[in-house]
Amino acid sequence: MSKTHVTTSINASLHEFLCEPGDTLLDVLRNELQLTGTKEGCGTGDCGACSVTLNGRLVCACLVLAVEVEGMEVGTIEGIGQSDSLDVIQEKFLEHAALQCGICTPGLIVSTKALLDENPDPTEAEARYYLAGNLCRCTGYDKIIRAVMDAAATLGGAKEGV
Amino acid sequence: MSEAREFKHIGQRTIRPDGYDKVTGRANFGADLSLPGMIWGKIHRSPHAHAKILSIDTSKAEAHPDVLAVVTASDFPAIQSETIAVGEGSEDLFDLTRNLLAADKVLYHGHAVAALAARSERAAAEALSLIEVQYEVLPPVLDLRAAMADDAPVLHQDMFTEGYDKKPEKPSNVATRLEAKIGDIEAGFAAADVIVEREFYTPTAHQGYIEPHACTVRYDENGQSMIWCSTQGHFDVRARTAKILDMDQTSLKVIASEIGGGFGGKTTVYLEPVALLLSKKSGCPVKMVMQRTEVFIATGPTSAAKLWVKVGAKKDGKITAMQGRLAYEAGAFKGSPMMPGVMTMFAPYDVANVCVEGFDVVVNKPKVAAYRAPGAPQAEFAAEMLVSELADQLAMDPLELRLKNAAREGTQTLYGPKLKSVGLVACLEAVKNSPHYQAPLGTPQSGKVRGRALASGFWFNMGGQSSVVINMNPDGTGTIVEGSPDIGGSRASMQMMAAEAMELPISRLKPIIADTDNVPFSATTGGSRTTYATGMAVVEAAQKVVQQLKERAAALWNLTPEQVEYADGVVHAKQGDDQLSVREICQAAEKTGGQISGQANINARGAGPGFAVHVCDLEVDTDTGKVDVIRYTASQDAGKAIHPGYVEGQLQGGAVQGIGWALNEEYIFDDQGVMENSGFLDYRIPLASDLPMIDTLVVEVPNTFHPYGVRGVGETSIIPPLAAVGYAVSKAIGAPITTLPCSPPRVLKLIQDKA
Ligand code: FES
Ligand code: FES
Repeated sequence: MSKTHVTTSINASLHEFLCEPGDTLLDVLRNELQLTGTKEGCGTGDCGACSVTLNGRLVCACLVLAVEVEGMEVGTIEGIGQSDSLDVIQEKFLEHAALQCGICTPGLIVSTKALLDENPDPTEAEARYYLAGNLCRCTGYDKIIRAVMDAAATLGGAKEGV
Repeated sequence: MSEAREFKHIGQRTIRPDGYDKVTGRANFGADLSLPGMIWGKIHRSPHAHAKILSIDTSKAEAHPDVLAVVTASDFPAIQSETIAVGEGSEDLFDLTRNLLAADKVLYHGHAVAALAARSERAAAEALSLIEVQYEVLPPVLDLRAAMADDAPVLHQDMFTEGYDKKPEKPSNVATRLEAKIGDIEAGFAAADVIVEREFYTPTAHQGYIEPHACTVRYDENGQSMIWCSTQGHFDVRARTAKILDMDQTSLKVIASEIGGGFGGKTTVYLEPVALLLSKKSGCPVKMVMQRTEVFIATGPTSAAKLWVKVGAKKDGKITAMQGRLAYEAGAFKGSPMMPGVMTMFAPYDVANVCVEGFDVVVNKPKVAAYRAPGAPQAEFAAEMLVSELADQLAMDPLELRLKNAAREGTQTLYGPKLKSVGLVACLEAVKNSPHYQAPLGTPQSGKVRGRALASGFWFNMGGQSSVVINMNPDGTGTIVEGSPDIGGSRASMQMMAAEAMELPISRLKPIIADTDNVPFSATTGGSRTTYATGMAVVEAAQKVVQQLKERAAALWNLTPEQVEYADGVVHAKQGDDQLSVREICQAAEKTGGQISGQANINARGAGPGFAVHVCDLEVDTDTGKVDVIRYTASQDAGKAIHPGYVEGQLQGGAVQGIGWALNEEYIFDDQGVMENSGFLDYRIPLASDLPMIDTLVVEVPNTFHPYGVRGVGETSIIPPLAAVGYAVSKAIGAPITTLPCSPPRVLKLIQDKA
């Protein structure tokens, strides 16, 4: 089968790759481009471990065909902050012990960033519903939600209550 | 350890040392390693739950240009039956091999039959359909009732129930029967004023770790084979794989990747020996990653169980007798966690007359694996439901009833020893005084009803073998080399315990999980053992480093070690002003006999049992049967919380897994034994939007065996939620819950039947 050439921007730098029509964005990120920070928990859009942004919109990379990202802007965890310059969300996840195994963490951080970009002062309920597509089996979500609310407060002030 | 101590590092909420890698996406998990020339392996699985394999034809697959290797069970060396330890239980090596790749018979839908490796993941997946298997389909045995029936189809013709005085005459699906008792159960019931009795059922449920099983392997004919995999115990992966493939352990290095959750489900092998065979045949490195569906149908889960329980008490609430009869599904091969179920069932109670009988039963479902306090949630669910019912019958506060009968120091356990100091009473008191328990339940909106219940939980906790080397570097920093895969932040506690023992800042100490070639054997991370046992080894190794630091400084001053003291990273001469920092001593190590390191290889005994008490408020929608937990508090004895944030996290995570089990999670099979909900959409684990905050009350009753008082905390927290939720639903709807999960259709039916 002939491969398709795709040009796209990933974390603000230009990338080109060849892919088959059935390849997902997740396959290409992980296996072609070695951007393994984006995780695969299900491959069917149910767990959120593969959360990335596409032109700023939060999507599951496992549900996007790689050919679709031609000319688009892809944002992954690798574009969010590195250890000498963490994003506030990353810092808050660490401070609040909001990860145990950490497999859900990249997806949750990408999703939280999308949440706070859309809604800088979410209520707890809004945060819980926005992040309902990101499964975490370890933490029971308590510390994740606390980290998210603290990040929102630090970045500009979250609403009180639910 | 007796009186409260002042700690410098322990009890702080430090930033975990692996945290930066985890929040930036750099941490490498099971599926994240690729090697040059690597190909992809996939497994061909049975479409039937029970069938004879008549033939397997792999020729078409082998002829495919992209396929480089195909293997079946016949590629394994002959294997004898042998019991091997796995996590908290044991498994049979022969059965394990049969589970890796079926021979003769398939025993569940999804059972692996053959595997192949091809140049791409897609090619491998496509080539699977070229493997042709002829089956003779047999009637599947899909639950305990069917499996234990006299005329049940028998899964294993060579299985005769063990545990009776006489060997039974015919084979059976019951692998083992066990009975444990103390006192005189008949006399206990005769002395009771009130007796309650009921049968409960819990479904097959999965550990549900978000990371599927994955490995990348490279076979090397000159004894340098390598496995990179996501596992709770890389030494166990090495031991199993070496046995199954008839290799020396020294010719196989296993590297534990970061692990994306396990909860007991990553204590055995599913892929690794198969991948290594594929690598051997193809001559290429092989990567295998399970699909989520495969994780559900062919790994884990934990046992469905049928649980009959009977409790008798005096009018004043003193329990006189507790009796249980438990049957656990083992899945396709023997080895359910029935025994720990038997032993833990009534452990939160100090009762003179106890008798529990258990059955380990095979059925045509995936072989169960350990799941957080394996066996205990089911048995204790039944016991706690009935104790709550007893409280209602006696018109007693359920907490007071539990306090009155609580296990405490000196209580005779069913499993053997008398308890040392434990924290159940402290947990009950903590809940009793909590804002949650003191607050009224409140009135719901119309169309909703509320309930509150509490439940206790007990788990043994384990010790076991742990090995640690602390290597001091020439700049005065130290590397803590351990062999216990870190599932939930244990590196943070190792770093803190070492810092405490060495009186150094935590930033000077770096914990790493070494591969099987680079640290002595360490048992699997499981049984809530790591912070306890590996932590003990860390402290011992740290103390040895401190001793050497003193010796080296003393040598430089021509003194004896007794003439110097160590404090805050500095060695002082007791007389005079001489002092040297750790950094200076390490820099000078060359002159005083070479580099400094401390090692401890221990087999830790005395893991302190863990008790927990949870209280749950929930609301039921009477039109839909949907249950919402609205307030939840988890109390547990941690002995000493090294890193309180991660201890709370264990309480919260366990509580929520238990809530999921109580409310939604269950395997749904069709009448041929095909799982119908093998994805996260339909096997619904709790979401952020399902839950309130989970309040925690960490109680600290020190475990005297540990230098800092630690008890394991990882498992107990999953036990109480089943009955805390289950009984709260009973209270809310006014009808007894006997079957989990309390899913909307089931709850709605109970509401309708009552009306
Ligand atoms: S891997 Fe994409 S949602 Fe699970
Ligand atoms: S931290 Fe393990 S799944 Fe979220």
